[in-house]
Amino acid sequence: MQSFHILTVTLMAPLLGAVLIMLTPRNNEKLIRYIAAISTFISLILSLVVFFGYDHSVKGMQFVESVPWVGDLGVNFALGVDGISIPLLLLTNLIGFSAVYASWHTEERVQEFFSLLLLLIAGVMGTFLATDLFIFFLFYEVVVVPIYILVIVFGSSKRVTKEYAGMKLTIYLLIGSAFLLVGLIALFVKAQAMLGYPSMDIATLATVQYPVEFQVLVFVLMALGFGTLLSMFPFHAWSPDGYAGAPTAVSMIHAGVLKKIGGYGLIRIGIFILPAGAKLVAPVIAVLAIANVVYAAFVTLNQKDLKYIVGYSSVSHMGYVLIGIAALNLISLNGAVMMMFAHGVMSALFFAMIGNLYHKSHTRNVADFGGLAHQMPRLAFGLMLAGLASLGLPGLVNFVGEFTIFVGAFNEYRVLTVIAVSGIVLTAVYILRTLGDVLFGPRKAEWDHLQDLRGVEMVPLIVLGLAIIIGGVLPFTVMDLINGGMGQLLASTNLIQVGGSL
Amino acid sequence: MFDLFSGSWIIVALPFAAFAAIGLFLHRWPKAAAYTSILAMALSTLWSILIAIQVFTAAPGQVFTAAVRWLEMPGLRVDMGILIDPLSAVMLLVVTIVALLVQIYSLGYMEGDPGLSSYFAYHSIFAGSMLGLVLSSNFGQVFVFWELVGLCSYLLIGFWFGRDSAKEAAKKAFITNRVGDFGFLLGILALAVLFGNLDYQHLAMRLTDYHNLAVLLPIALLLFAGPVGKSAQFPLHVWLPDAMEGPTPVSALIHAATMVAAGVYLLARAFFIFSAVPQAMYLIAVVGGFTALFAASIALVQIDIKRILAYSTLSQLGYMVMAMGIGAMTAGMFHLMTHAFFKSLLFLGAGSVIHAMHGEQDIWKMGRLSAKMPVTTWTFVIGALALAGIPPLSGFWSKDEILLGAFSRGHLFLYGLGSLVAFMTAFYMFRLIFVAFFGSGTKGSHAHESPPVMTWPLLILALLSVVAGFVGSPLLGNVFGKYINAPGAAHHEMNIAIMVVSSLLAAGGIFLAWLIYQKEVISHLELKQRFASVYEILYHKYYIDELYARLVAVFIDGSARVLEWVDLKIVNGLVNGLAYFTGWSGKQLSYTENGQVQTYALYLFGGVLVILVGAVLAVYYTVLA
Repeated sequence: MQSFHILTVTLMAPLLGAVLIMLTPRNNEKLIRYIAAISTFISLILSLVVFFGYDHSVKGMQFVESVPWVGDLGVNFALGVDGISIPLLLLTNLIGFSAVYASWHTEERVQEFFSLLLLLIAGVMGTFLATDLFIFFLFYEVVVVPIYILVIVFGSSKRVTKEYAGMKLTIYLLIGSAFLLVGLIALFVKAQAMLGYPSMDIATLATVQYPVEFQVLVFVLMALGFGTLLSMFPFHAWSPDGYAGAPTAVSMIHAGVLKKIGGYGLIRIGIFILPAGAKLVAPVIAVLAIANVVYAAFVTLNQKDLKYIVGYSSVSHMGYVLIGIAALNLISLNGAVMMMFAHGVMSALFFAMIGNLYHKSHTRNVADFGGLAHQMPRLAFGLMLAGLASLGLPGLVNFVGEFTIFVGAFNEYRVLTVIAVSGIVLTAVYILRTLGDVLFGPRKAEWDHLQDLRGVEMVPLIVLGLAIIIGGVLPFTVMDLINGGMGQLLASTNLIQVGGSL
Repeated sequence: MFDLFSGSWIIVALPFAAFAAIGLFLHRWPKAAAYTSILAMALSTLWSILIAIQVFTAAPGQVFTAAVRWLEMPGLRVDMGILIDPLSAVMLLVVTIVALLVQIYSLGYMEGDPGLSSYFAYHSIFAGSMLGLVLSSNFGQVFVFWELVGLCSYLLIGFWFGRDSAKEAAKKAFITNRVGDFGFLLGILALAVLFGNLDYQHLAMRLTDYHNLAVLLPIALLLFAGPVGKSAQFPLHVWLPDAMEGPTPVSALIHAATMVAAGVYLLARAFFIFSAVPQAMYLIAVVGGFTALFAASIALVQIDIKRILAYSTLSQLGYMVMAMGIGAMTAGMFHLMTHAFFKSLLFLGAGSVIHAMHGEQDIWKMGRLSAKMPVTTWTFVIGALALAGIPPLSGFWSKDEILLGAFSRGHLFLYGLGSLVAFMTAFYMFRLIFVAFFGSGTKGSHAHESPPVMTWPLLILALLSVVAGFVGSPLLGNVFGKYINAPGAAHHEMNIAIMVVSSLLAAGGIFLAWLIYQKEVISHLELKQRFASVYEILYHKYYIDELYARLVAVFIDGSARVLEWVDLKIVNGLVNGLAYFTGWSGKQLSYTENGQVQTYALYLFGGVLVILVGAVLAVYYTVLA
């Protein structure tokens, strides 16, 4: 394995694709699309190889690669994966590959669109692969540029203009990253003072026993930065507008994986490096998580635009992830990672279906539709699958995440968890109302011209649908991996010894 | 013998396989889809019968279990398992037999429907999920299948999705069930956290020396919320009558015989938890008894044939739940079984009528069906007699067991209530029969008997409705009770007085219906006018649907509107305000950059002055300190 740098290749394939696309004549749109599809397909296949090739008996970081980069700062270009990052790596590539097909019919500025999309995919992937804090942050910043351009150039204006949406999205991301940057620098400086040598290696930083006050301060900064990315209440305002304004592929990637960097960062960097800080700040996060679940669910109930419904719903579901993180035990954290994976494939499928419908009907207003299952049975199937996954139907992957989170969180926060569980009722209400109003009821003649999904349009449905079903029917395939990684991570922090019970 | 048991997962897998085959390959060939589904169901039925034979020839109390790991981590484990004991064996028989007959019947009833492949696909996935529920070995697994049967119910209620009413009914069913499942899930979570294990047998063992009522009471009540939703008990009963929007065979299978009985089955399965908490048991009994009476009263005045049967189902489910609550678990399960047979018979009979009447469901627009549809009529009458509790039909034995249980455990009030319900049941069923099948309406004379593929299932179910009760009757030494019982649930000797009273009440109900609707000695129109206000309340189902709709509109949608305003104006408003403030202050500050050297020199001077003053003050304070 060592001779073949599988993670580097996985990461570089989309970047190389982006470069090749820039070199392709701009009127050869067919070739551009094929390059995008092939490069994301390579990444998808390789991440499946990693997924199945990971050795469960050894645990820890595997497929590691490390090249010294900035010696004075202790920065290495270091990649590696464990049970926590592999599901997210796979998620990125499942969605990345589907996103290319979901935007197959993009017509304007195809060259720029696909090369930026590939850059975005590579950037997101890099954050999950990096085992070096600096590299992590670098990739995190890389995603901001393509996101901004993709939204303001290729987005759509409904309730807000795409320029407003793009700016809001970007500014939130940047403010979040500013908090992070301060936190990271503080970590680095403090660790250097305590270790006696500079290091950006996450595992090394985690061995340092930082003073508790310092941990709290830095963890708060991280909670603000990563929390904003995870659309934690009250820093969620970017999310619905951003998704609504963004083109389909960007909505898929943003809601599906980019957001998950927040949760991943909170676990990998926050809890791992700063366990005492996490423990003391966690109750605040738990309360905000409940606000996410319930408040956003209520706001969703009153939405009329399909993208806003999924947007607010995604804010609501991130509340589950947050309370899973805040409960800080193995079960709840396992659930949180599972939920990130599950929500990723589910929301990407949702956005793919909505994007397809919008592309054909030029509206996303629920009231304009009705009885679409008559004309578009396959699209109806896709929307139903995403919707049922979203409301936590057992047999689909989201249920596994939710159930595990609830069990774990119930151990720590009784009342808050009971409130969080009420989210399953509210979700059922808005999802079933929406699906009913869009898909069922009398046939409307005005939509008779709509063409059902066919050909390449089926790819997102098949890829993401399979992930939703397999993950739900055979949850151990993903959960064993997560549990192994999380067990390892928690065992090497001294989370349990810190503080009293909260 | 053990191969038969260890291979019993096939019973669950076959219908799922049929579902997958139809969904992936056969959806363009409706006939092939239908036969695939029926074939899978027939094999499952056969296997179940073989298992039941083994179970009921062995000594009572033997249990077979098997499990595979599904979700596992330290502190949480959910298996996909199989638990075969007499309780699940009875359910296997009931579910597979009724499902098979209903699927065969559907060949005739649904003929020519454009969605036939989907219809059979949904039936297959329902059968698989329901059988998975029946065989579940733990609470985690039961919740998974519990929700899946709910999904099938949703899909089949909304099967004719082009109708707004079907769409609304499907949604209502799912959401109402979700409210119950909210409690159910919390109960399961509490068990998981408390015991770290959800396995029935493990929990039963742990609970024998666990007597903390303060913990068990809330858990029992939360778990009970599941059956309240699934078995449509008051106050979550509202979805079941609306569920009649689905095709009638679906109503027979899912919303009468099997899925709605899952709640009762769960009460029996987890009886070891409930019976440990007397307060919870009492509440269960009261909820069941109240639902039985409440639904029967509504059934008295409904005019839609399926709705009458739906309220009757509610009422009978209430009966079963009440039986569980008074501790008569055997009687409750016995009634579940007999009810499954005669109620699915009644629904399929109603379907036969609706089929013949081209969709007409108003009993007053029928009449004289008996002449044209003899098989349907007489099997329907048998079902109604069984439901009314006329000896020696099956319903008589099981209903009698429940009344006996209530009486001998000292629940005299519930006994009286149960007897009253028995009387009302006989009355409303024969009101239906006299009006629709023997009434003076003439529209029924255009009807025709249904094809054999529909009447054969009716005949088989009629036979079962007659004989199924004997397994639990004292005549055969109550075989049923020997196999299906709970620790501490003593059996009661038969009581001739109770049998006679309940038979007389049933006969009285039939006689009164005959007087009013057949002989018309008493004018029902006059009754209706005299008790107009009561009639209106009953006819409108106590206005509970209206009340709920109002509550949802005010509290749920109202909160939604308020919170959306908060989000747009306050949360977003702050962000936009901040952005605006940044722009505004930038603009204000830009006036300071006017390009005049004198101004800049002034700033410089000011700056120096501030620093100087600061330094002086700092020195002053340091020296002073």
